[in-house]
Amino acid sequence: MIPLQVAAIVLVGAGGLAVVLARDLLRQALLNSFYGLQLVVLFLVFQAPDVALAALAVGGGAAPLVILATLAKLRAREERRR
Amino acid sequence: MSARTRVPLFLVSAAGLAALLGFGVAGLPAFGDYHGPYGLVLNHVVLAQRHTTNVVAAVVFDYRGFDTLGEELMLFAAVAATALILREAREEEARQVVDSVQSEPVRAVGLAAVPVVILLGLFVVAFGYLTPGGGFQGGTVVALGLLLVYLAAEHRAYRRLTPTHVVDVFEGGGAAAFVALALGALLGGLAFQQNFLPLGRIGALTSGGSIPLLNWATAIEVTAAFVLLFGEFLEEVMVERRPG
Repeated sequence: MIPLQVAAIVLVGAGGLAVVLARDLLRQALLNSFYGLQLVVLFLVFQAPDVALAALAVGGGAAPLVILATLAKLRAREERRR
Repeated sequence: MSARTRVPLFLVSAAGLAALLGFGVAGLPAFGDYHGPYGLVLNHVVLAQRHTTNVVAAVVFDYRGFDTLGEELMLFAAVAATALILREAREEEARQVVDSVQSEPVRAVGLAAVPVVILLGLFVVAFGYLTPGGGFQGGTVVALGLLLVYLAAEHRAYRRLTPTHVVDVFEGGGAAAFVALALGALLGGLAFQQNFLPLGRIGALTSGGSIPLLNWATAIEVTAAFVLLFGEFLEEVMVERRPG
């Protein structure tokens, strides 16, 4: 394993831990999309560019949007109730 | 349970987990150790058999095209179910929300990036079987490019750009085209999903036989699926924000 690969794995581990430890939902959603980008780096370092592209589009773009939209709806509903 | 009993209990189970994990990791094959014959075989035969320079694309759309057919239909079913649950006759309600982006620089840079991102997505699709990429990856990028219209401008502009009846046709049409290509081989007396078009010159956009067509069918299906998914989720948010 070359140092770059070790660094990529450590980053993914730290990113995943950060997502789990975050208590605030919005912060967790943002950390989750950062985690998605760290996975992209991991796949790229391990020479899987096809997978990296898919992870970039889904983990870095599509999934965070769906999560953020859900949070926005919940927040808007709470504000209407007040 | 009190802390006095909880902590020892945790320590015992944590030690057990650590022992099991250590045992499991110690038994793993060495890093980079690969015994599967298929990858090695495919690396040697794909270029001669399919004239496709991206082996991954040949696997996804040809050798294991059946898996992709399943994934394609799964995505179609998942997004259709989302639309079935979330879609109501409330487009008019959502249209009442004015959420245009006020910052001029954000608008300008964001909207200028829209055609660039869409072009990048189309590039990733078009060269998907020559270089890394493909219909799924490129299709998602195109959908994100369209979504940028919402992020940089407003929800109404996004909806106007992606009318539901048009997106629905593409969502169903992409999946249908994939199935039709698989069935088309049967009509010619070949096996289900067998590659039936001329393989073309290696490295050309026309290489790979049926692979380019399956690639584009996937791209259409994936783009429409994500555009539809984004549209439904955004509409949910807009309905909550409607005035009154």
